[in-house]
Amino acid sequence: MGGETLLGTIGIFVSTPDSNSPQIRQQGSAMPFGNTHNKAKMNYDSDQEYPDLSKHNNHMAKILTPAMYERLRSKETPSGFTLDDIIQTGIDNPGHPFIMTVGCVAGDEETYEVFKELLDPVIEDRHGGYKPSDKHKTDIDPANLKGGDDLDPDYVLSSRVRTGRSVRGFCLPPHCSRGERRAVEKLSIEALASLTGDLNGKYYALKNMTDAEQQQLIDDHFLFDKPVSPLLLASGMGRDWPDARGIWHNDNKTFLVWVNEEDHLRVISMQKGGNMKEVFNRFCTGLTKIETLFKERNHAFMWNEHLGYVLTCPSNLGTGLRAGVHVKLPNMSKNAKFEDVLKKLRLQKRGTGGVDTAAVGGVFDISNADRLGFSEVELVQMVVDGVKLLVDMEKKLEKGQSIDDIMPAQK
Amino acid sequence: MAKNCHNDYKMKFTGEEEFPDLSLHNNHMAKVLTKEIYGKLRGKSTPSGFTVDDVIQTGVDNPGHPFIMTVGCVAGDEECYEVFKDLLDPIISDRHGGYKPTDKHKTDLNFENLKGGDDLDPNYVLSSRVRTGRSIKGFTLPPHNSRGERRGIEKLSIEALASLDGEFKGKYYPLNGMTDAEQDLLINDHFLFDKPVSPLLTCAGMARDWPDGRGIWHNDNKTFLVWVNEEDHLRVISMQLGGNMKEVFRRFCVGLKKIEEIFKKHNHGFSWNEHLGYILTCPSNLGTGLRGGVHVKLPKLSTHAKFEEILTRLRLQKRGTGGVDTASVGGVFDISNADRLGSSEVDQVQLVVDGVKLMVEMEKKLEKNESIDGMIPAQK
Repeated sequence: MGGETLLGTIGIFVSTPDSNSPQIRQQGSAMPFGNTHNKAKMNYDSDQEYPDLSKHNNHMAKILTPAMYERLRSKETPSGFTLDDIIQTGIDNPGHPFIMTVGCVAGDEETYEVFKELLDPVIEDRHGGYKPSDKHKTDIDPANLKGGDDLDPDYVLSSRVRTGRSVRGFCLPPHCSRGERRAVEKLSIEALASLTGDLNGKYYALKNMTDAEQQQLIDDHFLFDKPVSPLLLASGMGRDWPDARGIWHNDNKTFLVWVNEEDHLRVISMQKGGNMKEVFNRFCTGLTKIETLFKERNHAFMWNEHLGYVLTCPSNLGTGLRAGVHVKLPNMSKNAKFEDVLKKLRLQKRGTGGVDTAAVGGVFDISNADRLGFSEVELVQMVVDGVKLLVDMEKKLEKGQSIDDIMPAQK
Repeated sequence: MAKNCHNDYKMKFTGEEEFPDLSLHNNHMAKVLTKEIYGKLRGKSTPSGFTVDDVIQTGVDNPGHPFIMTVGCVAGDEECYEVFKDLLDPIISDRHGGYKPTDKHKTDLNFENLKGGDDLDPNYVLSSRVRTGRSIKGFTLPPHNSRGERRGIEKLSIEALASLDGEFKGKYYPLNGMTDAEQDLLINDHFLFDKPVSPLLTCAGMARDWPDGRGIWHNDNKTFLVWVNEEDHLRVISMQLGGNMKEVFRRFCVGLKKIEEIFKKHNHGFSWNEHLGYILTCPSNLGTGLRGGVHVKLPKLSTHAKFEEILTRLRLQKRGTGGVDTASVGGVFDISNADRLGSSEVDQVQLVVDGVKLMVEMEKKLEKNESIDGMIPAQK
């Protein structure tokens, strides 16, 4: 009980952000701000502070009971992130009747440990029953991917793999200070500047982009803008915009890194056509190089053997990876079994504008549905094999043939 | 948008590394905040935990407008104005016409001290209104307060308002739980306030947990209205059609006093001190927090070359009839006092009454193609 209540216990503040073990904040620290942001809230009972979640439909609202709130409300991570910080976005955004949002964010690596009582069930719910004792496997060795270089370019228009990374030793976007965010940017610029060959590139800081640079980045569909989604803004990720935010891309425009948007880093490899193998090769090579450079500077990526890569949103834990293609499936998408096939293949569909957009001209964005509990290679393999099958099905339907005999089993 | 400025790791960085980039900014905070001031204040917090980064976040996130000078900072509790005086005193001085840290503010809510105001010509003055805000002692302010505090304020407010009678008998409508019929009626009466969309407010954290703890109360006559937990703990509004500002002000003062007494009985009086008057969330509303105004038809005067100068001399400001930043429609303007701090409620409403009376006379002269040169007022 000792170090976990705000009032009454005396202890010593321990701050070792690079260690692997979680730190739980003790009263009487050297930091001047005290143990909870609004101290007045501890003058009220848990019942008086518990949020009204009666109209809510998100993972947090399903899980957070008054009793759980009471147990967690006085805790905080070493950097000062509290339960109320975690859940604010889920309170302010009740959700959608059909889309299940997560409704909570992490403010630092330790959030997932200090508040495991809330986050473990959220993770389990979101990631297909993933248990607190489960181990996550990381595999970014592109040699382990079988095939993927021969998806039919008459159908597969483009291929893309993205993930996120958090830099250990800094708080995450909902919570980081300006000094921290700038330090992440500085490290990123140094690391990316040392990439060469196919990965030789340039960094464009959002705040001193010229009009010409901005237009080019928009035309290339690379430029990200200040978040407008209330899901993001309510968690504090838009603070101080555009300070220390920027975009880096290689000269070939096939490898792109976003700095300090929703995560410390978002890494994207992409190209036209169906050569997912090459996209994944570049993705793995680039990521590994970047990780080495960060490690050399004593700021490895946040990772542990239970949650894999640690990211801001619990939905992106594990691999944080979304690998997908834009593929023409005008016949298949109208087939009664389309949704069922996707489910069996562990894939999901989106419109070509991204999540929540509609398909245009029968072209769909097809990507892996999973993030945690499968390795990167496994997830990309599912996309490669699944899309190959979907294209075969499309060709059959074009010829008026049945697809019944090539229906897949549940992966 | 939430603000989240209680990150303890920021003290590992120097003041220089944490100082915001204000190079593109045009608001009071950006003009005043130097690296020295920031360095001095960054390690402080009020007893409830509000920090200088909390104070300035809205001004960092909203660079401002080339023509409109926003304040760019907010208070999270009463103590902010003391703990962060190095930043807030110069901002207050800048915003409130040179008001000094040693100045005393006079409060006067005796409606009998208002001279005239019952005879503004209703052919020109379409409606009259007085509003102010109040903060309740013992609770932190909307950028910072917890759900428990906000609900505590709502509960106290409901009790206080429920005990009003006579012309002040009315009903409370919590935002959470309003029926569609109630909502439509409140919209038609122009009473309903909605979740803030202005980033000036959302970046300060005022919209958290919406609509929990928020509501609207009004009397049966629909001439006295209270907003609970919007931009301030309470916003109090008295209004009616026509030009009887005296009556509007009477009802305003009487109603406010009644409400204040009830809060005092519960040991939660209004936040006030003799230097800053009534303490409110935005430094621009300190003092009286009062905006007394009319909707008045001035199609000729408003196109006269001296219109702006007349307003300045009368210490009045104009807005469109949709409120701040709207355009006037059909030559009808919202004319109200420009000052908040350093003059009393009676002083400010007197300026409105006298000033509007003069402007209507000017309008009438211009209608008859007569000159108004001899009527231009001296600077008040």
